[in-house]
Amino acid sequence: MAPESSAALAAPARGFDAFRPLAGLLIAVLAALVALPFFWLCWYALTDAKGAFTTANFIALATDPTMTKPFVLALAMAACVSALSCAIAAPLAWLVARTDMPGRGAVRALVMASYVTPPFLGAVAWEFLAAPNSGLINQAWRWAFDLDPFDALVDIYTFEGLVFVIACYTFPYVFTLVATALDRVPTDLEEASAILGARGARTLSRVTMPLVLPALLAGALIAFLQALTMFGSPAILAMPAGFHVITTKIWSLFQYPPRLGLAAAASFPLLIITILLLRGQAWLLGRGNYAVVGGKSGRARPTKLGAWRWPAAGFAGIVLGLTVALPYLALLKTALTSEVAGPLTLDSLTLHNFHFVLFELSSTRLALRNTFLLGFGAATIGVVIALAAAWLVARGKSRLTGALGFLAMAPVAIPGVVLGVALFLSYSRPPLQLYGTLWILLIAFLTIEMPAGYQQFASALRGLHPELEEASRILGASRLTVLRQITAPLLRANIVAAWCFIFIGAIRELSATILLTTSNTKLVSVIIYDLNESGDLGAISVLGILLLVITFAVVAVANRLPVLGGPPQARG
Amino acid sequence: MRSTHSRQANHALATALAALLVAPCAARAQSAGTYEVTPELIAAAEKEGKVVWYTSADTEVVERLANDFHAKYPKIEVSTERSGAERNFQRINQEYGSDLHVVDIYEASDAVQFPIFKRAGWLAKSLPAEVVKLWPKNGVDPDGEFATARANLSVIAYNTKFIKPADAPTSLASLLDPKWRGKMVKAHPGYSGTIMTATYVISHALGWDYFEKLGHQRVMQVQSSSDPPKKLALGERPVMADGNEYNIHILAEKGVPVVPVYAPEGTPFVPGNAAILKDAPHPNAAKLYFAYIYSLEGQQGLSDVGGLRSLHPGVKEKAGRVPLSQIKLLESDPVALEKEIETIKQKYEQYFGT
Repeated sequence: MAPESSAALAAPARGFDAFRPLAGLLIAVLAALVALPFFWLCWYALTDAKGAFTTANFIALATDPTMTKPFVLALAMAACVSALSCAIAAPLAWLVARTDMPGRGAVRALVMASYVTPPFLGAVAWEFLAAPNSGLINQAWRWAFDLDPFDALVDIYTFEGLVFVIACYTFPYVFTLVATALDRVPTDLEEASAILGARGARTLSRVTMPLVLPALLAGALIAFLQALTMFGSPAILAMPAGFHVITTKIWSLFQYPPRLGLAAAASFPLLIITILLLRGQAWLLGRGNYAVVGGKSGRARPTKLGAWRWPAAGFAGIVLGLTVALPYLALLKTALTSEVAGPLTLDSLTLHNFHFVLFELSSTRLALRNTFLLGFGAATIGVVIALAAAWLVARGKSRLTGALGFLAMAPVAIPGVVLGVALFLSYSRPPLQLYGTLWILLIAFLTIEMPAGYQQFASALRGLHPELEEASRILGASRLTVLRQITAPLLRANIVAAWCFIFIGAIRELSATILLTTSNTKLVSVIIYDLNESGDLGAISVLGILLLVITFAVVAVANRLPVLGGPPQARG
Repeated sequence: MRSTHSRQANHALATALAALLVAPCAARAQSAGTYEVTPELIAAAEKEGKVVWYTSADTEVVERLANDFHAKYPKIEVSTERSGAERNFQRINQEYGSDLHVVDIYEASDAVQFPIFKRAGWLAKSLPAEVVKLWPKNGVDPDGEFATARANLSVIAYNTKFIKPADAPTSLASLLDPKWRGKMVKAHPGYSGTIMTATYVISHALGWDYFEKLGHQRVMQVQSSSDPPKKLALGERPVMADGNEYNIHILAEKGVPVVPVYAPEGTPFVPGNAAILKDAPHPNAAKLYFAYIYSLEGQQGLSDVGGLRSLHPGVKEKAGRVPLSQIKLLESDPVALEKEIETIKQKYEQYFGT
């Protein structure tokens, strides 16, 4: 690699510093991950079957109502999801972070449980609960009020139902961001406000809210993008409701006769919307000086809720009941009964579904193995790349490292289903014939999850003063030694968090993988999708429960393991 | 229930069709690809130890067939890839487009796909001797590249827990009655081969007008033709506008209160063909499993357990099922259908929204 010699010159007195070559290598890897799929996407969108230039795909995209309608619906859906997520998450985050509401710790833990739940599994669980006729909630409703069959309280197969179900699994993003921001609001500002005579509500609206607004905006944006690019939940709920959103429409373009060019072209509006929104967010945040300067300034004084303590806990209980407790119970009930819609009695109790999934369904074991192998692989490799990239960007000052930061964040603008299309187009032909192997899935997971991992480290490194690293450098350590021996152990908590994020992300992923799996490279998410298509609800529940149990176990173990982030004794 | 009049009217046609279906073609010459199950084949298959097949039949049915085979030949694992016919078609096209040959046997309820594969040169000229000897002529490819492994009907059905037989739908036309608005479920031609065939034959028999009106009935839309019977059993919708007859058989015989309706306008007949791929990675295990699927044992199992219709003349249908000879069938022309796929999908999206 070319920069090696100059890197050696730039290195400190002792030893070889691999800083520059490492930066070059990382840029090459990230560029390949991002640029290659993007190239093929453009190629397919702009050429016809004979390879000649054409704009026919974009014209069809703009004029064909079966293409424009899904776009409008998807945008409307994303806006509603974003608003609903904020409406749920912001008060909940405030209650948890800044009040004396009972059960705050449990609420935080359960919101994480909701995050771990794959959205497609949540959608299936909500079918069990709120399908207009067979849904358990509607059955209970009819039973309680002695109503006719087919009188329904709620119908999940509607636009509103879809918005609700997606919001159930996107609000944790908003919650986490806002709760963290509230944790960081310096209490001295709030106290100053109180001393100057402001009441609680006034302090909240004039001091606290403006300080957490950037986090709320960021959360709203993530929720919007998540909903816009989500495939699993719409695939399960939108079709019975009789409409397409853009992701399911793109997916349908892959059915025979496939229209790859149109699918590729349909990806561009999604890309452009994402980039515009990210720009808009950066502009908004850059305009006002929102940064909290004070750093840590003692523990926040919780607001006393008084008589409102229990209603507040009730609100939290309802939110978690709807997003975690009810869906999980519905899955468990369906897994254990022979009749999905029937009541759970001793007679209908059966282990048949477990037996079917574990011993009769031929793909179960392979899919479980693949899923967790890829989860581990993507999380481990992803953490290494993301940490190295974030560290190079934070500590290096060259233009090269700036490019690195851009590349690491770029995948955020690529919706999963688009990435699936692009990766398939990139890696299904020589010389990079990876389709049909686990490698293409590993690449997909790494690409999709890179921004999450990178952002985790980038923000952590901003809060980590470089003086410890500088001391180590002065004592003669190379920059890589510093990263390994000083920075990584200090970031242990972030490393574990990033690892879990990527791991869970890989388990949850369906939009890109649905196009990239083959019979030898099956994943649990894809099997669940296929089983849902044929209506095998008991089997889905069993697989879903297995997936959740193993995921929780892995996350719990990862948080207790001393080796991640460097064992304590290595710090000597 | 159909009127006596229409039953008589249909009878002649049904008998003619049944004769066509069941009469074996005795005088067919054994072609080069015809094979018998020999001890050598079994030994070679066991050495390969695995067979991979893509199928669009119901999950439990195909897993049971695979497990029965595995019980008979424990040294051979069967890897079953079950999905909708259109989904599997997309998958095999993606794979073959990338020179990936992982699948040995391909089975699908969409008859259109097989001439396409044949033109592409993907299929092996390989059929069990039993098929060549016993199958009716229209159940076997003249060049010996594929044959009908199962036949399925797409039927109307209803749940008797919610609907008395006297009030039940009797015909395709009766589904347009406003009283069924919001009460029906149906599968999607873009994802299900069975429904693609059914949509084709019904649009020819009744015109697109029928689907346009059905589209106004707020029909619950699912993907696979296996799903409507399950939604019916759940009580999610009391009437199924289309879907697999065999799932209705399976459910009814388990005691679930679902009943099929054979419309006087005709019932779409959907042959499920199967073939061995020319580039099958396990060619011998493929032949052995392929022969098992068409054997009397395999076919009787598909009929008994799977509720499917078989072209094997030795198969005995369970009591309680309406014999094929008494049903007016709507048969499709795969080659003509292929040219209409785009139109069907477009019209369908126009009327049903997806």
